[in-house]
Amino acid sequence: MPRWAARVTIDGMPEAATAPLAEPRPPRKLYRSSDGRWLGGVARGLAGHLGLPVIWVRLVFVGLFMADGLGALLYAAFWFFVPLGIGGVGSQRPSPFTTETASDGRRRLVARKPDKGQIVALLLMVVVAMVFVGSVDVGNGAKAYLLPAVLVGAGVALVWRQADNARRARWMEVGRRRRTLTLLRAAAGVVLVTTGVSGIFVLQGSAAHLGSILQAALAVLVGITLLAGPYLVRMTQDLSEERLMRIRAQERAEVAAHVHDSVLHTLTLIQRNAENANEVRRLARAQERDLRTWLYKPEGTGKDEADEPTHLADAVRRNAAEVEDKHGVPIEVVVVGDCPLDERTAAQMQAAREAMVNAAKYGGEGGAVQVYAEVEGRTVFVSVRDRGPGFDLDAIPADRMGVRESIIGRMERNGGTARLRAVPDGGTEVELEMERAEKTS
Amino acid sequence: MSDPTEASEPVEATGGSAGERRVRVVLVDDHRMFRTGVQAEIGRTEETGVEVVGEAADVDQAVTVITATRPEVVLLDVHLPGGGGVEVLRRCAPLMADAERPVRFLALSVSDAAEDVIGVIRGGARGYVTKTITGTDLVDSIFRVQDGDAVFSPRLAGFVLDAFASTDAPPVDEDLDRLTQREREVLRLIARGYAYKEIAKQLFISVKTVESHVSAVLRKLQLSNRHELTRWATARRLV
Repeated sequence: MPRWAARVTIDGMPEAATAPLAEPRPPRKLYRSSDGRWLGGVARGLAGHLGLPVIWVRLVFVGLFMADGLGALLYAAFWFFVPLGIGGVGSQRPSPFTTETASDGRRRLVARKPDKGQIVALLLMVVVAMVFVGSVDVGNGAKAYLLPAVLVGAGVALVWRQADNARRARWMEVGRRRRTLTLLRAAAGVVLVTTGVSGIFVLQGSAAHLGSILQAALAVLVGITLLAGPYLVRMTQDLSEERLMRIRAQERAEVAAHVHDSVLHTLTLIQRNAENANEVRRLARAQERDLRTWLYKPEGTGKDEADEPTHLADAVRRNAAEVEDKHGVPIEVVVVGDCPLDERTAAQMQAAREAMVNAAKYGGEGGAVQVYAEVEGRTVFVSVRDRGPGFDLDAIPADRMGVRESIIGRMERNGGTARLRAVPDGGTEVELEMERAEKTS
Repeated sequence: MSDPTEASEPVEATGGSAGERRVRVVLVDDHRMFRTGVQAEIGRTEETGVEVVGEAADVDQAVTVITATRPEVVLLDVHLPGGGGVEVLRRCAPLMADAERPVRFLALSVSDAAEDVIGVIRGGARGYVTKTITGTDLVDSIFRVQDGDAVFSPRLAGFVLDAFASTDAPPVDEDLDRLTQREREVLRLIARGYAYKEIAKQLFISVKTVESHVSAVLRKLQLSNRHELTRWATARRLV
């Protein structure tokens, strides 16, 4: 299966590049188109292969269908033998429903279309079949078989189409269709085919023997199942095992890539900066943080550096990490509870960040800076403490307005309080307290 | 790491007299490099009072060594081949319960996951510190554990506050499932990075009282039947 998938991507890609008449490539292969198809994607695939608008191919098929159902047979043959691929027509070529949208939006439009198109196609088929049945006069005997035959055809189409979907889902990693729907469709197909076949039997006049025929058929089926069953089971097991192995290999590759990109890189940097203790510590801390996030954080929760944190805990951690990186002083963060950020708490976060910067700058020699944030009911409390020499607020020189303005001033403007105090055994602690805005619960 | 002049201080901090106090320690960690590092940092017996009497790299070895040497304190890694630190605790339960010479465990791990932290504490460890701890603080913690007191890192204190705060269901046992106001205050200060001595000053109580509060919290943490505690820890797989 992987070999096949690889071939598809190799060949499917250039399909889009054909339009500007590019350099010679390996011979094009015929694939059924998987996006924007109505039924099996045969017409689209053919159109893509021949370089014609889809509508022409479709018309030809309909025309051929009128000719004693040749079109249907041809279509079925194509469907059965031609593998499903990506691309086909529609990437550049004008066609009824791809022209109006040109950029990325189109893909979505086309991708959603098949469901509607499918219904249209089925309706069309029924209408054509009716017209066909009505108009063609192939003798009374044969005419009666047409309806069952159409039923059988519809059932087969339903099941095949579904097999296509399953296959496509496997290598496109999309469209995790609901299982019930799949089963329902399969069942509908089987019912249609069975009804059709039974209809033919009934018409043949062997209705009396229907029971025994069904019995015999059942016996044969059971026999085949007994013979081929174990083999099939083995095959499915092998297949799923292989898939598991592939997933594992992929995961391993991902881990290896991450370790290579981050850990090995950091180790190299550390060796290069071996004599610079501060830089080494900073690198190690940054790497540790990164690795922890990667290892323990669930997928998609603030892993991306890019998106702004929306919750308090994330914001505190993010700020601490940034200050840590910038000033090379380890910052330990403990957060109890969490709440969404609002205007006030966001201001508090800014003040807290300022406090962290101060602590790292002036109290970083004494050891790690400890940051503690707690959400209790409506109150958000943040404390930042360092173990540095400590300082007296009244004795702050005028040039260190930073503390007054960006911490105390900011908190008070937003309706909170800030306290700076010396810790009994050395160091400074900044306490920030803020009520959350009203609207959030 | 920290000021070398501080090296003798922690012994005083716990109330013992420096130089006389000794503690026999077994190191359990599957990383040889880390064992060597800890040994170098705290193993100078004359200076620190810590005597490393044995080392082990997995659960079976650990149980054998601990049973043979009967140390006073075991530094236990959370992640170990053969079932992890929790398994060591389980198999050493009789030694922990020994009335005359109990073996006490201090969990030491690089993982800060709530699941691991709460797991070993409920398994019977007397405390939890992260591997980034300085040698001085580690020696301090070892003596504290030897005294039968509890050692809470800021992060562990944060976890406990979080776990006991987020309760919707009514407590099953009022005594065990709730923290008193004082205990809460103490934990909060630990989470804010205060040492026991600083907490004592801050709350105008003695260091002994602080220790008894922390021990009470540890008992609650270990004995509380609240399912939430474990579930909370499992659900919270954050850093």
